[in-house]
Amino acid sequence: MSIEVLGISVLWLFLFGYVIVASIDFGAGFFNASTIITKKHHIVNTVIQRYLSPVWEITNVFLVFFFVGMIGFFPQTAYYFGTVLLIPISISIILLVLRGSYYAFSTYGTKGHFGYTLMYGVTGVLIPASLSTALIVSQGGFIVETASGRIDLDYMALLTSPFAWSIVALSLVSVLFISASFLAYYSSVAEDWDALKLFKKYTWIWSFPTMFTALGIIIEMKWHNPAHFEGLLALWWLFALSFACFVVSLWLLKTKRYGWSFIFVVLQFAIAFYAYGVSRYPYLLYPYLTIYDSFTNQTMAYALIIVFVLGLMLLIPSLYLVFKLFIMNKPYIKKGK
Amino acid sequence: MDSVEFSRYLTMLTLSVHVIFATLGVGVPIMITIAHWLGLKRNDEHYILLAKRWTRGYVITVAVGVVTGTAIALQLALLWPRFMEFAGQLVALPLFMETFAFFFEAIFLGIYLYTWDRFKNPWRHFYLLIPVVLGSGMSAFFITTVNAFMNTPQGFTLVDGVLTNIQPLVAMFNPATPTKVAHVLTSAYMTTAFVLASIAAYHLLKGNRHEYHRKALALTMKVALIFSIATALVGDLSGKFLAEYQPEKLAAAEWHFETEGEAPLVLYGVLTETNEVKYAIRIPYALSILVHSNPFGEVTGLNDIPEEYHPPLVIHYFFDIMVTIGIWLTVFSLFYWIALWRGWSVIKTKLFRILLVASGPLAMIAIEAGWWFTEVGRQPWIMRGFMSTAEGATDSPYVWAMFIAFAFLYMILLIGTVVVLTRMFKRNPVEKELEKLSDEQRSVAK
Ligand code: HDD
Ligand code: HEM
Ligand code: HEM
Repeated sequence: MSIEVLGISVLWLFLFGYVIVASIDFGAGFFNASTIITKKHHIVNTVIQRYLSPVWEITNVFLVFFFVGMIGFFPQTAYYFGTVLLIPISISIILLVLRGSYYAFSTYGTKGHFGYTLMYGVTGVLIPASLSTALIVSQGGFIVETASGRIDLDYMALLTSPFAWSIVALSLVSVLFISASFLAYYSSVAEDWDALKLFKKYTWIWSFPTMFTALGIIIEMKWHNPAHFEGLLALWWLFALSFACFVVSLWLLKTKRYGWSFIFVVLQFAIAFYAYGVSRYPYLLYPYLTIYDSFTNQTMAYALIIVFVLGLMLLIPSLYLVFKLFIMNKPYIKKGK
Repeated sequence: MDSVEFSRYLTMLTLSVHVIFATLGVGVPIMITIAHWLGLKRNDEHYILLAKRWTRGYVITVAVGVVTGTAIALQLALLWPRFMEFAGQLVALPLFMETFAFFFEAIFLGIYLYTWDRFKNPWRHFYLLIPVVLGSGMSAFFITTVNAFMNTPQGFTLVDGVLTNIQPLVAMFNPATPTKVAHVLTSAYMTTAFVLASIAAYHLLKGNRHEYHRKALALTMKVALIFSIATALVGDLSGKFLAEYQPEKLAAAEWHFETEGEAPLVLYGVLTETNEVKYAIRIPYALSILVHSNPFGEVTGLNDIPEEYHPPLVIHYFFDIMVTIGIWLTVFSLFYWIALWRGWSVIKTKLFRILLVASGPLAMIAIEAGWWFTEVGRQPWIMRGFMSTAEGATDSPYVWAMFIAFAFLYMILLIGTVVVLTRMFKRNPVEKELEKLSDEQRSVAK
């Protein structure tokens, strides 16, 4: 494996990690707010609060890791993405700031204000939508060069593109699907049967839309970027495998093995995510940047990889501790102790 | 105005907000550690409660630090894409390591926060603070090396616009690193101590006579004195560093135009159209002493530096503000200590308590002034000698709109932080918590 491929694989892993943990978090916020309206809030509230409290900062760090690593391994992306994405990413930042700070305010500070809960729910839906513009733009076709030689985002093309909107739709439904599946498992560990029933239902509700939107994107890719569409077709067997995981996860859900069901959901997304990543090889930004011509110097690349390995050696034991103390700790999940 | 100006203002805005929380983020863990340690050592529940309450407030400021930090990290690429493209090849290493250090800190902070009564041996719980202190200190260290690099870049060779011979560690440990890191760390510890002292003094000023607040004040002021002295000493070394590596910054800060020996230190004053200094206080020989530890040492003046590389002359005022506050707070905390030791009653007067309350905000102003001084003083360079600020900036025409949006956002954020923190502590007064604590102990004893 060349060092360029190693670099992008590591980053793709961070991005995938972010997609999963952030989805759980965003979806939890959404369910927390929407159940107030449907008067089922008392059922889900405890489970959601208990999961969210100790982990929200960890979610944010995954995102920071991803883009700091991106600039580290592929400094040229800073120029292209930085220039074109000023507005969409600024919007994401504003939403992330509101979400993070007001979450902390309401959890550690003053309790239970309806406004906080609502904001937490709304931002949970808007952030995935605004962040996914980065992915959409990287597909190519939305960057224009102005007369003065500047590059800029073609906002009209972006806002009127069915392709762009279906990626946004996919990001939303998968957030809800992943989150519901995890929370079903979490409530089963907490032995909170009412919450379990509800999250199980939500998992079913959001499962098939996820499949439809994903399929829709593959079909639209045919018009949007035929070369990439060919790439996707060549990897059809991976997508088939991903679909198989989807079916297995639903079967496990039905047979009440919630932990395994969630694991298969993650597998389903992991396979599709990597297959998609491989299919766009070698482009970071179609057709301007490939992973080869935007790569940093060799010295820095090796230094980053060494630090990465050392850092993981430090972090994995620490994360394991968190995991043991809070996430998978029965007395804690049940009683909050 | 163009996008370069607005990019500068937005960077300045975000960093000025972030640095408030970053400073507390670096400083508070040390204070918590000291209080928790004293509490366990002396078996004094006042100190334990101090650690608990500081931690609770700290969680809020960390959260704001995290979100504003995320904002600035993304904005560096959004507003300075050319600079990040270039510098990313040289300083990605410390940026990457900062993230790890912070992650490490956040994990252990989370564990510390939620495990007050999970351990049988309370010292075990105390040890969780060590990674928190280390993590926040390392975070500050790594990010400051990046800023130091922007002032004195090294560790690469530039041949026809192509970077070769890149050495990330040499870039990290550049000439500006030692003084910058030391000054940033000591000033953060100092500022935090004063901020916490302000809070304790505020309660005393309001007429609260509880032991708890007295202990808090005495402890924080002791720490504040130590780090004030350290900050002033390192500040002196920073001046010497500037004289050697960035003479234009020092000359602009001092309005020092002619290269000469026996140079006086110029404080305050105004500058006329013809660059004459009026109404200033001049301390003879002091600049030469600051730079060379020798009253006759020669100090480079601005007239020996090409006009286009002159930094804006307003930095003089930022420098003055920082140094004045630094000297005042050192003298003030020293006086407090002597008074406490000799039992002078002047420290119990209302006026003195008002001064105590003012010390925290003053220290924070010194931090802001210090950063504006270094950052504006680096102009016109973004990377001194290699890339000008205008070359590094984005050419997107929408920066002004983002500036307005973020200004609005930070306003909400700052107001929210203040409201939440005051409400949190008002609802849970110390007396009530102490009562609850002793109740719990009684029930355990039974
Ligand atoms: C509580 C805050 C505080 C206080 C009381 C002082 N400083 Fe400071 N100073 C800072 C907080 C700070 C800072 C915010 O930490 C800076 C900005 C960038 C940096 O490296 O540190 C800084 C920068 C800074 C620089 C520029 C370094 C550079 O550009 O590389 C110099 C020369 C001094 N300081 C000197 C002093 C002196 C002589 C002081 C005398 C008492 C002093 N500072 C007090
Ligand atoms: C590693 C740390 C830092 C980096 C990489 C960095 C980067 C930058 C950049 C790229 C600019 C724009 C160019 C310029 O106008 O000089 C800038 C400006 C500025 N930064 Fe820093 N900065 C750092 C630390 C800080 C901190 C902590 C502060 C504290 C508030 C700060 C305050 C400012 C200010 C006030 C400006 C505006 C300067 C002007 O108006 O000319 N910087 N910084
Ligand atoms: C030298 C001045 C700075 C210091 C001392 C500093 C320190 C800190 C600290 C202590 C935190 C943790 C939050 C807290 O505990 O309150 C933090 C967060 C953060 N800072 Fe700064 N910072 C500085 C400038 C910058 C700059 C210029 C950047 C941009 C590159 C930056 C990026 C971040 C990020 C991304 C976070 C959030 C951490 C995460 O989610 O991974 N900081 N900073």
